[in-house]
Amino acid sequence: MYNAPYLRQNNSVSRVMLKVMLALLPGLAAYVWQFGIGILIQLLIASVVALVCEAAMLRVRNKPISRYLLDGSALVTAWLIALSFPSIGPWWMVALGTAIAIIVAKHLYGGLGQNVFNPAMVAYAVMIVSFPALMSQWPAPHLSGAEQWQLILGNERVLDAISSATPLDALRTGLHSGHGTVSTVTHGHAAFGWLGGQGWEWIILGYAIGGLWLMQQRVITWHIPCALLAGAAAVAGLLWGIDSAHYAAPWFHLASGGIMLGAFFIATDPVSGATTPRGKLIFGAAIGALIVVIRTWGAYPDGVAFAVLLLNICVPLIDMYTQPPVFGHKKD
Amino acid sequence: MISALLVMAIGAIVLGAALGWASVKFKVEGDPLVDKIDTILPQTQCGQCGFPGCKPYATAIAKGEADINQCPPGGDEGVRKLADLLGREYKPLNAEHGIEKPKSVAFIDEQTCIGCTLCIQACPVDAIVGAAKQMHTIVADLCTGCELCVPPCPADCITMEPIAETVETWKWRYPVFELKPVVTTSVVTTDHPTRAA
Amino acid sequence: MGHTDRAPLLRKLFNFHGGVKPNANKQQSAAQPICTLPLSREYVVPLHQSIGGTPQPLVVAGDRVLRGQRIGAADGNVSSAVHAPTSGCVVAIEERLMPHASGLSAPCVVIEADGLDEAAPRENFDWRSASPDAVRDYLRDAGVVGLGGAVFPSHLKLKANNSIGLETLIINGAECEPFITCDDRLMQEKAREVIEGVALMAHLMQAKQTLIGIEDNKPDAIAAMQAAAQTAGQSNISVVAIPTRYPAGGAKQLIRVLTGIEVPHGKRSTDYGVQCFNVGTAFAIRDALENGLSLTTRVVTVTGNVERPGNYWVRIGTPMHELVEHAGIKPGTERWLMGGPMMGIPMPSLDVPVVKATNCILAGSAELFAAPEPEMPCIRCGECAQACPADLQPFEMYWHSRARNFGKAQEYHLFDCIECGCCSYVCPSHIPLVDYYRFAKSEIWAREKDKTAADQARDRYEFRNYRIEREKEEKAARLAAKTAAGRAAIQASQQTVTGDAAPSETADDPKKAMIAAAMQRAQAQKAAAQPQNTEHLTPAQQAEVNDAEARRARARELADQDAQSIGKTSPSADTPNKMAD
Ligand code: SF4
Ligand code: SF4
Ligand code: SF4
Ligand code: SF4
Repeated sequence: MYNAPYLRQNNSVSRVMLKVMLALLPGLAAYVWQFGIGILIQLLIASVVALVCEAAMLRVRNKPISRYLLDGSALVTAWLIALSFPSIGPWWMVALGTAIAIIVAKHLYGGLGQNVFNPAMVAYAVMIVSFPALMSQWPAPHLSGAEQWQLILGNERVLDAISSATPLDALRTGLHSGHGTVSTVTHGHAAFGWLGGQGWEWIILGYAIGGLWLMQQRVITWHIPCALLAGAAAVAGLLWGIDSAHYAAPWFHLASGGIMLGAFFIATDPVSGATTPRGKLIFGAAIGALIVVIRTWGAYPDGVAFAVLLLNICVPLIDMYTQPPVFGHKKD
Repeated sequence: MISALLVMAIGAIVLGAALGWASVKFKVEGDPLVDKIDTILPQTQCGQCGFPGCKPYATAIAKGEADINQCPPGGDEGVRKLADLLGREYKPLNAEHGIEKPKSVAFIDEQTCIGCTLCIQACPVDAIVGAAKQMHTIVADLCTGCELCVPPCPADCITMEPIAETVETWKWRYPVFELKPVVTTSVVTTDHPTRAA
Repeated sequence: MGHTDRAPLLRKLFNFHGGVKPNANKQQSAAQPICTLPLSREYVVPLHQSIGGTPQPLVVAGDRVLRGQRIGAADGNVSSAVHAPTSGCVVAIEERLMPHASGLSAPCVVIEADGLDEAAPRENFDWRSASPDAVRDYLRDAGVVGLGGAVFPSHLKLKANNSIGLETLIINGAECEPFITCDDRLMQEKAREVIEGVALMAHLMQAKQTLIGIEDNKPDAIAAMQAAAQTAGQSNISVVAIPTRYPAGGAKQLIRVLTGIEVPHGKRSTDYGVQCFNVGTAFAIRDALENGLSLTTRVVTVTGNVERPGNYWVRIGTPMHELVEHAGIKPGTERWLMGGPMMGIPMPSLDVPVVKATNCILAGSAELFAAPEPEMPCIRCGECAQACPADLQPFEMYWHSRARNFGKAQEYHLFDCIECGCCSYVCPSHIPLVDYYRFAKSEIWAREKDKTAADQARDRYEFRNYRIEREKEEKAARLAAKTAAGRAAIQASQQTVTGDAAPSETADDPKKAMIAAAMQRAQAQKAAAQPQNTEHLTPAQQAEVNDAEARRARARELADQDAQSIGKTSPSADTPNKMAD
């Protein structure tokens, strides 16, 4: 026996998750094109580990396994982890990260819909704190497949020769070393491309295309991505306006690192994000601003994970204070 | 250094004043514990808790002389609320004091009633009307279902009748989860399909 | 379209937040004209068919009734009368299964039709010369209630706020629920009558303008109504096509769409200068005032998994199975709904009667309404909030209702929820959200009722303790006074023993005097003490007490009769045959 409404829109959690994965494809394609097949191997490892951990945890928690496995949420987490981890990290890194995300950040908090923190970002934060060096090695463009494979297998001897720091990392180290300005650091460095990092521009374009499609599909609303990018651009623009020699330009920030992935795919995770329209704007803008702040003054190369996690904590508060007015109770 | 101290001191004074003002301004009107407990108790006034009424029991709880699990009409939910209010551990209802029963009202068989007024004297909420040597009737709206009028009746004419659910008092049930998807076997009956459902 | 879109172009419409666009499925039942259902053999008329008090039955088993005869009188002003749907004989007044989700029964008047369908003589009532109050009383006794489904007594709504008047009278022809077409057909076939009813209401409420809102998926109804308004020369009445979006036909949403005004929950719309009636109600009001016909029939859509979907004129009280058998039951029907698929309620059986609230009977099969997929946890995706026409945060309300944290649910405005079902419709986790709200609401109501009862019991208990205490004190005081007075009297009598001439009996014996006085006092005290426990009664309780007294009196009479002539008792001694008003 069930009650009205008897009509249901043809929608489900797995459809939502499937759309998110589809939206990741353009960015993924660009990734492969720019940096080779390493990312695909990582993606595979993460997916397998995520499904195994998910099934095990569902088993332990006595939940219907097939239904929850098929919802796709574990796969989305796995993909986000693979895409935000360095694609030439040893295989166990992404596997460990995924396991932490699924077991600790998701299921120990109560499973789907209950996690306070974004699981992928928890994994990222834990791994970068534990293995800062490994987590900062990114492939130099056009690294061959065989070399990537060696690296993923954990063959570190090849590491020094062919890996490189991310542009963000290079810039930060360059600036922190005391002498040098943005232009001296970026000039002639292989990691920098015409806008942000070499090769990264295309990936970021891919993410943006996927994100816009998600918006068109009404899976996500415009609030968080727009506010996030605007927040980041505003803070970066301010710093750059003050001292363009020592602070990177806003477009550099927008075109580097995980910010696009974060704006469209990570901060928009509904479970751990703000839900009210105004709350989403605050949530997004604060993340954006924090990303730039962490990138500029923090000790880690990128700030997306920490910014998202910090704001995850604030979500109940943000939601509470931004409840939209109810029908008939609006002030004119 | 001195200016810093001054700032701190002034800050402290301002904050203290603000807090003091707020505590006066937003003072919660004295709602003593007994009253708070009393609002949770069901006011059946049945005495099953071992006290002559809900208020005395509330007083005893407040003083720490009685446990929170002695009121059967309040039921499990009542105990939970008390535990919540007092910050104590929940414990199941003490069966010595009785068990939770569906809410009932007393009903006097008017044909048998001899008009002895004994039940009137027993009723804690004056829910029985009648006078000496006349038949007595219970105003169902006022009756709390305490059963105190039942034993004194010499003619045994008082019975407790559970309150039946009506269309107006019916409540929507807690939505049940079907963990296993229902195998859709369509009920095919030609004449009156819903009777089978 | 032709002239149908002229008015909408001129008028600025407003938007309401959210809403959904389910497949309308109206074509199945909208094509055929309304047929009249043949008379049935038995009618079951529930006494309680509107919001408010349950009417008192005016007939007893064995009475002959005529069509349109009042058989239940409104109980107070917030109530509405019920009438016999045809002529026949009252066979019982008893509990019958209700068309209600509870599957419980309620008192009904069961009438066996005699097939003559003889009408009761019409009351002569000239509403044009009657006072507005008299018109409202007349409508109450004619049993006119809102026919859109809410069955709120219409006479209570036909009153503008005196200080601001009525800016806009809104007539709801939106009919936004999928499948239902009864208003659509009514507007097409009875446009003139509906417009007359609307004009009549506009006159009664002194409305400055009248807007008839119809969803733009009903071009024929819009055309018919516009033509009728034009023919009637009612320039104050405009027919407005509104965008098709569920729940545009919700009273609050329609008011918002047409005027931009949002009427908050719990407020009267007349306080905002608007009022909203359903088109069916307009028709019924006209029938009552112009033709003297009380509400005994309405249009019902029968659709879904039936052989011949369509609309029917159905007498109130017709057993539902007769209606659906007429439309042809098809195999595969899993459930029968009263109302549409978004807000309809499942019928416990087809043995229930058609009531004033029955706008549609929908046969649901597995093909039409797939069984819900298993519920998943809420992922806070916010789809529901985007769809909610009341601007609520459904998932927050769900969260707290589910945890039985009712106070919190209310903080998120649970009672502003109109139970439209949009949130459940869109939820990707297939959570039966509205079920949780219905559950929480009825729990909260029950708790409030319990609390009122407990407060009352506490007051009465405290009062009783106070009374007992007072009596004790008084007794003690009297005792003291009595002894003192007695002594004085004795002394006095002893003093006068020798002196005075006419020695009274009492004076002779002081002790006797004291006893007599005490007896007198006791008697007085008894008289005073007896009614004390019936103080502070509400009228309803007083009525109950009076009833009891009446029963007693009757029982005493019976006992006396028994004593005089054994075995001669009248069978109908128990009929409260009183006429209300
Ligand atoms: S047991 Fe009876 S008297 Fe005691 S608190 Fe409960 S309802 Fe009141
Ligand atoms: S009528 Fe009887 S059961 Fe009801 S409150 Fe009075 S004493 Fe208790
Ligand atoms: S639509 Fe369903 S899953 Fe999404 S927030 Fe609302 S209740 Fe949760
Ligand atoms: S049922 Fe209530 S909460 Fe859900 S969409 Fe409708 S008004 Fe909003």
